[in-house]
Amino acid sequence: MKNSDIIINIVRFIVLVFLQVLMLNNINLLGYINPYLYIFFILMYPLDGNKGLLIFLSFLLGLSIDIFEDSGGVHAAACAFIAYIRPVVLKYSFGVSYEYNSVKIKKADPMERLTYIASLVFMHHFVMFALEIFSFKHIFLLLKSTLFSGVFTIIVIVCTMILFNRKST
Amino acid sequence: MQQIIFFFIRNKNFLLFAVLFTISVALTVQTHNYHNDKFISSANFVTGGVYTFRNNITDYFNLGKENQQLLEENLLLRKKLDQFKEAVVFEKLDSTFLPNKYKYFTARVINNNYSKTKNQLTLDKGEKDSIKIDLGVISSKGIVGIVSDVSENYSTVQSILNTKSRINAKHKNSGHFGSLKWDTKDPNVAQLVDIPRLAELEKGDTIVTGGRSTIFPEGLLIGTVNDFHLDKDDNYYYVNVQLFNDMTALENVYLIENKEATEILELEKRVDDEEQ
Repeated sequence: MKNSDIIINIVRFIVLVFLQVLMLNNINLLGYINPYLYIFFILMYPLDGNKGLLIFLSFLLGLSIDIFEDSGGVHAAACAFIAYIRPVVLKYSFGVSYEYNSVKIKKADPMERLTYIASLVFMHHFVMFALEIFSFKHIFLLLKSTLFSGVFTIIVIVCTMILFNRKST
Repeated sequence: MQQIIFFFIRNKNFLLFAVLFTISVALTVQTHNYHNDKFISSANFVTGGVYTFRNNITDYFNLGKENQQLLEENLLLRKKLDQFKEAVVFEKLDSTFLPNKYKYFTARVINNNYSKTKNQLTLDKGEKDSIKIDLGVISSKGIVGIVSDVSENYSTVQSILNTKSRINAKHKNSGHFGSLKWDTKDPNVAQLVDIPRLAELEKGDTIVTGGRSTIFPEGLLIGTVNDFHLDKDDNYYYVNVQLFNDMTALENVYLIENKEATEILELEKRVDDEEQ
């Protein structure tokens, strides 16, 4: 990781937490649909970065959201989970070539990129809502929330990517 | 020995993940218990400060509506005051007249959520303003929840829109008791269960708090009967209650302290202990 990468990631972490708790958590589309844009940090973490560090940072990221949301540890658990599973998802979405640092998330094939984002977003939402709802009685609510919030999150993440890609090129 | 060390080094990411995941699940499970002292809570210095900052900005957008509500409440209070002036002797206490064993505080809602299954509010008053755990929270229109955690300057409230919330409520006309729960579907509709079958319910009837708890005084407004049906065993009604409060737009709330709550609870505990 280069120095500039470290600074970019620190800024991204802080900005995403505040954006999430001050704005995005209050959207409540149709009463319960919110985008969870903050996992953008985990998605965009450098591919060659330390994996253990990523898991720890993701846990901290989730915990910060939890403290604001009063939700115990649901975001922290979901974030730690997707941070741990990320290498596997990278492998099946971009093929083995990602291991040789030849892939850049921002410049990858759009379809591969969408697979990567969608897999991680749905996994994150599923773990999070499962822990938050915490009952088999409401399994339908769990699936509904995961699907709708997931789609919303993916749209917001893709928009953010497009927005910031333009600026850098 | 070397084998064990190699094992740890090889699986260090998995172990780190397992530890962190366990911690977060433990934190989650802890919040599912009815308010014990929570380790993670938005009633702390940093988050409280951030939410106050946000509220200082967003408050202005609702000023018109808030003023309207305060005017309405003033009008209501003025009417009641006139009634008291006219009546020389109070023969019977009206259910809306509260004896002074209750103490009131005001607070502002600085964070409110209503889209989850376990919703919480954060208020801008805390221990410093003598707020304690288990105080009742109401707005000018109806009940809001119960204080679940306090820090020095802030407190969190378990909203009635919380699957853990159980509030003693009664049907105003017949006086039958039940408990108020929430089924997570609609933030403006709560469910009243355990109302016995012989109660004569009608759509539009008023539901108020029952006097069986030490938290809320009797007779605070909750909502009106939306629809009702008998539950599986045909013994109790399951009633959908349209709340008077718009839980999605709360700004100013009141906290109620029952000065005799500790005394009542201690007495009940002593009786329980003796029976065992």
